[in-house]
Amino acid sequence: MGSLFRSEEMALCQLFLQSEAAYACVSELGELGLVQFRDLNPDVNAFQRKFVNEVRRCDEMERKLRYLEKEIKKDGIPMLDTGESPEAPQPREMIDLEATFEKLENELREVNQNAEALKRNFLELTELKHILRKTQVFFDESVPTVYKSSGAYSSSKYRRYPQMADNQNEDEQAQLLGEEGVRASQPGQNLKLGFVAGVILRERLPAFERMLWRACRGNVFLRQAMIETPLEDPTNGDQVHKSVFIIFFQGDQLKTRVKKICEGFRATLYPCPEAPADRREMAMGVMTRIEDLNTVLGQTQDHRHRVLVAAAKNLKNWFVKVRKIKAIYHTLNLFNLDVTQKCLIAECWVPLLDIETIQLALRRGTERSGSSVPPILNRMQTFENPPTYNRTNKFTKAFQALIDAYGVASYREMNPAPYTIITFPFLFAVMFGDLGHGAIMALFGLWMIRKEKGLAAQKTDNEIWNIFFGGRYIIFLMGVFSMYTGLIYNDIFSKSLNIFGSHWHLSYNKSTVMENKFLQLSPKGDYEGAPYPFGMDPIWQVAGANKIIFHNAYKMKISIIFGVIHMIFGVVMSWHNHTYFRNRISLLYEFIPQLVFLLLLFFYMVLLMFIKWIKFAATNDKPYSEACAPSILITFIDMVLFNTPKPPPENCETYMFMGQHFIQVLFVLVAVGCIPVMLLAKPLLIMQARKQANVQPIAGATSDAEAGGVSNSGSHGGGGGHEEEEELSEIFIHQSIHTIEYVLGSVSHTASYLRLWALSLAHAQLAEVLWTMVLSIGLKQEGPVGGIVLTCVFAFWAILTVGILVLMEGLSAFLHTLRLHWVEFQSKFYKGQGYAFQPFSFDAIIENGAAAAEE
Amino acid sequence: MEVFLTIVFFTIFWAAVAKYGPILFTKQPHDDLVRCIFLLTAVVCWLFWLCCYLAQLNPLLGPKLNGNTIRIIASSWGNPIKEG
Repeated sequence: MGSLFRSEEMALCQLFLQSEAAYACVSELGELGLVQFRDLNPDVNAFQRKFVNEVRRCDEMERKLRYLEKEIKKDGIPMLDTGESPEAPQPREMIDLEATFEKLENELREVNQNAEALKRNFLELTELKHILRKTQVFFDESVPTVYKSSGAYSSSKYRRYPQMADNQNEDEQAQLLGEEGVRASQPGQNLKLGFVAGVILRERLPAFERMLWRACRGNVFLRQAMIETPLEDPTNGDQVHKSVFIIFFQGDQLKTRVKKICEGFRATLYPCPEAPADRREMAMGVMTRIEDLNTVLGQTQDHRHRVLVAAAKNLKNWFVKVRKIKAIYHTLNLFNLDVTQKCLIAECWVPLLDIETIQLALRRGTERSGSSVPPILNRMQTFENPPTYNRTNKFTKAFQALIDAYGVASYREMNPAPYTIITFPFLFAVMFGDLGHGAIMALFGLWMIRKEKGLAAQKTDNEIWNIFFGGRYIIFLMGVFSMYTGLIYNDIFSKSLNIFGSHWHLSYNKSTVMENKFLQLSPKGDYEGAPYPFGMDPIWQVAGANKIIFHNAYKMKISIIFGVIHMIFGVVMSWHNHTYFRNRISLLYEFIPQLVFLLLLFFYMVLLMFIKWIKFAATNDKPYSEACAPSILITFIDMVLFNTPKPPPENCETYMFMGQHFIQVLFVLVAVGCIPVMLLAKPLLIMQARKQANVQPIAGATSDAEAGGVSNSGSHGGGGGHEEEEELSEIFIHQSIHTIEYVLGSVSHTASYLRLWALSLAHAQLAEVLWTMVLSIGLKQEGPVGGIVLTCVFAFWAILTVGILVLMEGLSAFLHTLRLHWVEFQSKFYKGQGYAFQPFSFDAIIENGAAAAEE
Repeated sequence: MEVFLTIVFFTIFWAAVAKYGPILFTKQPHDDLVRCIFLLTAVVCWLFWLCCYLAQLNPLLGPKLNGNTIRIIASSWGNPIKEG
């Protein structure tokens, strides 16, 4: 009978697989997710395993798929996600997949390279177009200035270097300046300038200009203009801003220098005819070529888009298939290869209840592979501790995760999770109790539950949301229980509901009310004798003067009551563990003294609380009137310390009931007597058993003693074997530590449960502050302005209510509840020294793979 | 008497929740986990209610109210103040 109360029974199995059937069988087991394989080759490194080549091939396929995915996302193409999980392909399909991916990758790379080349060409033509357009302005603007400047320069140089005015230079520069230049320069012999035109990145222009000026000592003339539209860098697709420039200079030496500087600044130089007609002709040619290139580029992009769209339809499925193949080969690498019999040998942990299911899966795999030899699954005897497997569903998974965060249960140990399903939300609600806040939380949880399929499908990487969504059932239950405790506390946003009519009645007359600022109702005359039937009487919510006193007394008591009962429940759980593992010594000499200790001291204190509630009343005569009611805490302290109580008030009894003194002394003595039993009985019995075993080597006695002495959790049902004997001194030390921890822990854990009262009080007071200082101010406004003010005030109040009281206080109460479960409750019985069952499961692998891919 | 009947009523109510809850609200009423959940719910809710009820059964002190509150209670809760 599989259940959540204990981990599943696990079996270590040996699996013999025919070589040709192994792949298909492992594939079936991966779909099933119920088998945890052990590594039978721990000494073999990763590169020496049998199927390392196949794993590498899968890695390569995965790389290609990631490349495709990157390109698809770059183009913003939506990927088809059917959510279905295709079966792992056959090994021969792997070759087809490899060929498909290879072809796709090559095709895409080729398209990308072509597109890049085309874009580079396009860029060059675009830049040339801009140059031809801008330089017209340069020549129109610059000609008069050129004349003036060149005249000045020419005169200067003519005087200093007359030998420059030779015929050869004159002819060469005449060609550069064109016919107009020649004609214009007829009067002067030295007005011949050269120029270069190009494009440069805009941010480099200032440095470029300074460098030219310095290197050429101011003998060049630079004009520049910005290209308004950004241009695309063909290498990475970035948009960059560039400028057109033209540089006028004189002489070959400057020409060489200018060109080197342009090259250094990565400016691109373009040929530019000086004659306007030539420039116009070239511009038209450039425009024609640009249009042609645009056409070709468009076709290239269309082709790329078609390739990517076709790939996008199958990409998710391909990822799943490749990951499954890779997982299968990784798993096959864990197996032993029996060369003589041509089979693979595996060892695995499986849940006992699922062995038939696993056999069925293996048979399916064998049939699929066409092999004739059936696989063999043998159970093996083992003394190892099996992994811990708790079968959960979507509801119980979150609670199990809370427990596993503290520690995974030892094998077959009592699992706290089933009880946590209710005690966790309930203890949270004791702290958080408010009908309004609980309703908000319950509605949020309910919304997540109702929409869980849609919300689960939208896989997001928001960690906070994932935590909330994973805990949606916890949130819902916390909300519902908070509504219940809110009803009991009679607290909805710090106000009360008066459903059944208060059971307190006013008996003062008008003059008394007028004369006194405060009046206290008397339990003798103003109280009906029977309390408000469900929850707190609403009168206490409006009793401003002594509400907290009353609530404190009440909430402290319920904290201790629930805390002690919770701890007793934990100790009783240890009884289940000892019984199951047949740990007789622990059952008799640990569980019983622990329970007696807790009952005689702390449960007795709980009983005193109930006695005080029932026996003492203001309407009673002494010695059971309100004046005689003793303090439970002082009574408890006096009891433990054997103090003589203080003399009671007049006409009051020292004790609450007859014979209390004797009972208290007896209880304390018995409880104290339990401590040496916890401390010494178990180690002494183990020591005695060992001595007896040494004197008379009786296997049965030894086995019983050892079984009782060491927590034999792993070898349940196993034969007698050699277990390491713990040293006696260590046994004594461990037992001392555990005993001290238990005894002191009982005291401190009882005090720890008082946090239920503390957080409940804090939560109620915060809600009241929000009412008093925020919302009620809005409600007091009058007139049309009052409506507007109230709207704003309500919005503010609502934000603070959700942000602080629900979220922050909710988180605080959650953490305190978690501690009460992990420490106060589970320390009574839970070892938590197991390790989790991690089956070979395609679902888990693909989920992890997808998560890793998104990061 | 009223006190006794109230306690009996709520005890029977939560006992019924523990016993019949699995049948009414789930499809697997015999599952141990489901029965454990309903039983625990009934016990903790019953005990919580009982503590609140007993705490108010024999009050040792009465609520202390200010004048405004008394007048509001008198008019709102049908609890008129006597003349004189």
